[in-house]
Amino acid sequence: MEGFMYPNEVELQWSILIVLYPFLTGLVAGAFILASLERVFRVEEVKPTYRLALLTALAFLIVAPLPLQLHLGHPERSLEMYLTPHRSSAMAMFGFVYLWYLMAVLVVEIWLDYRRDIVCLAESSRGVKGALYRILALGSYNISPAALRIDDRVGWIITLIGIPSAFLLHGYVGFIFGSVKANPWWSTPLMPVVFLFSAMVSGIALVLLMYMVTCAIRRVAIDMRCLDTIAKYLFYTFVIDFALEMLDLIHRIYESDESFRSLDFMVHTRLFYSQILMQIFLGTLAPLALLSLTQMIGFPAAARRRIYAIASVFTLVGIFAMRWNVVIGGQLFSKSFLGYTSYKVHLITREGLLPAVVLMILPFAILYLLIKILPPWQVESPVGAEMHGDD
Amino acid sequence: MNLNRRQILLLLPAAAVAWDFLLAGNPEGSPNYKMSDHWWGMLIDIAKCIGCGSCVRACAMENDVPEGYFRTWVERYHVTDWHIENPEVDSPKGGMDGFPPGKTEGGKNFFVPKMCNQCVDSPCSQVCPVGATFHTPDGVVLVDYDYCLGCRYCIQACPYGCRFFHPQKHTADKCTLCYHRITKGLTTACCEACPTGARQLADLKNPNDPIHAFLKTHAVQVLKPHLATGSKLFYNSLDGSVR
Amino acid sequence: MVEFKDIAHLIRLAGVFLLGVILFLVVRSLAIPKSFGQYGPFRGAALVELSARPMTFAGHEACENCHSDVAALKAKGVHKTINCESCHGPLAKHADDPGNIKPVLPDVAQLCIRCHSENIAKPAGFPQVNAKEHSGGQPCNTCHQPHSPGFDAGAKK
Repeated sequence: MEGFMYPNEVELQWSILIVLYPFLTGLVAGAFILASLERVFRVEEVKPTYRLALLTALAFLIVAPLPLQLHLGHPERSLEMYLTPHRSSAMAMFGFVYLWYLMAVLVVEIWLDYRRDIVCLAESSRGVKGALYRILALGSYNISPAALRIDDRVGWIITLIGIPSAFLLHGYVGFIFGSVKANPWWSTPLMPVVFLFSAMVSGIALVLLMYMVTCAIRRVAIDMRCLDTIAKYLFYTFVIDFALEMLDLIHRIYESDESFRSLDFMVHTRLFYSQILMQIFLGTLAPLALLSLTQMIGFPAAARRRIYAIASVFTLVGIFAMRWNVVIGGQLFSKSFLGYTSYKVHLITREGLLPAVVLMILPFAILYLLIKILPPWQVESPVGAEMHGDD
Repeated sequence: MNLNRRQILLLLPAAAVAWDFLLAGNPEGSPNYKMSDHWWGMLIDIAKCIGCGSCVRACAMENDVPEGYFRTWVERYHVTDWHIENPEVDSPKGGMDGFPPGKTEGGKNFFVPKMCNQCVDSPCSQVCPVGATFHTPDGVVLVDYDYCLGCRYCIQACPYGCRFFHPQKHTADKCTLCYHRITKGLTTACCEACPTGARQLADLKNPNDPIHAFLKTHAVQVLKPHLATGSKLFYNSLDGSVR
Repeated sequence: MVEFKDIAHLIRLAGVFLLGVILFLVVRSLAIPKSFGQYGPFRGAALVELSARPMTFAGHEACENCHSDVAALKAKGVHKTINCESCHGPLAKHADDPGNIKPVLPDVAQLCIRCHSENIAKPAGFPQVNAKEHSGGQPCNTCHQPHSPGFDAGAKK
């Protein structure tokens, strides 16, 4: 500890797991928005990633509550959020928004889009797998053109509802921080908006990478028109995100209120690596520069692929750093503005580095399972029936 | 009386309901205490505080406060001349063992006891997701240790740093204004232990409470008034440098 | 014209959701604590639990009930604002069972120093001493009567 802190402030309350949670839900929201680009806004070019984006969103959404559960002092009491949600608390929204988004949006949309495949697989598979598909089909095997047309229509409506739902799923997290008047690092009306746009940036970057990786694994050519379009949207969203973060920064520096000196010192010392190096230079300026280069100069496809991949990796690191700087940074300085503490991440504790790493890897394991059960790509079914796929 | 199984099965739910009513029954904890007759606050007189730390020790003993955490603590300020925005502050072990001699002579030095401000519009209870921290009808902000999830949002939301995470209970914890004492007509442990009368419990709803005369005749302040928390912790002679 | 058979699967889906909602409402009605909402958005029984906590300090009135002579002496001197347990420590157990539970007298040298050691931050006019210079290490109650310490209160030892 350096300087003076209120005695109860020296220990941090929210750990790396609470950094992870907005990162994961951000990826969900971002991946979903990319999927909705095709479904609602008819951006045909990104169709090859539609199903992959949805499955990615689902895999990350399933893991999202886990860091919260590990963090709670009494996880066995979490049901209370559903029983007696306190209406003035943004956090109380979590249970319902999560459940709504998981069940009424994501699961239904995936089910509707995959229903034809599910029915085909239910009829052609044996044993446990067959039983699974029969359950998923809900015992209804009608895949006539009329039924599928209705599915498509309903799916469109669900996606339309899903867009504001995705905004709510991640926006409320920003509001959880942005509405804390006690903490000047967090308290700004820009917080939900910044969170949302950085979520979109991270989600789009993730789907871009997943698409490249899955194409490589399947030894299938990457659809460059698709990739270029995704990179274009990544660039546009990034520009908006950057503008918002710059607005916050400039406003703080200009107004220079009572907290400014303390926060400024913190950024230049405690948060130097995570904010200045990782978030700003590596995570924002570098990808923006790379992406704007590709927008202006016509690089050959192989070069573009490399640039997009590097930019996406930097972006994901940068967005994680942003979450770190908000959550951890907000707790490193004293509310008396007279002192600072430090955060030590332990390795093998309930809220340590190891659980965080496991929770980062887990969605990919779940995604692998989901891809096995609900293949996003055209699959040759044993009876030769045509399967609806992405490419 | 011989009860057959059927009769027991019928009696049990009735008994359970009755037991619940019994448990939920007298919330006011003591026979002569009516919550609606009281509205609790506290007055701290900086001019009288000698930084002995008796209040911090008494609170820890009365409420089993875990070591290293503080439901109340004392800060020492040193303000050099006109530099009100840059005080030097220290609070060794929350002031529990008193203070070592000040090494910075000159300027202005004083002690500031701190505790939960028992805010009327408390940001802590606003953000609790499940209603585990709440206002009593008599104006005390409390934590329900059997209901708290331990999410720590309330600790983040408190501008005064008076909340902490209890390492054994795994819930949030903070000053309860010795609710178990004031509902029985006694004063808080910190006020009981204070040798100079720098800390005084105040019942703002009691017209005979000396706080009313005091507020009329002294310049009192609250901490961080710009946050409009409705703090009921009133300070007399609070310097502008106090954070 | 929408035919039923083409939306049958959607009806089934809606059915699954409805089942979920009903299950949720049932669990809710069983699991919400009975006293919740009694006085506000919190568990009313918590007020009973929190006010039922046993006390550690007895409060000066409990002391004065039995020790009125000391109380009278104290009321005459400058220590009149100090409550008994401020120096003698928490004594609720003693007040409940005075015969069997005896309070332990604090170490006078440490006790008085806690308040009276000189410190720049103490209010002007508050009696402060440097212990070694003042008494050469002798315990304070060699010269001062703790319940009424001032020499002009007529209570010298």
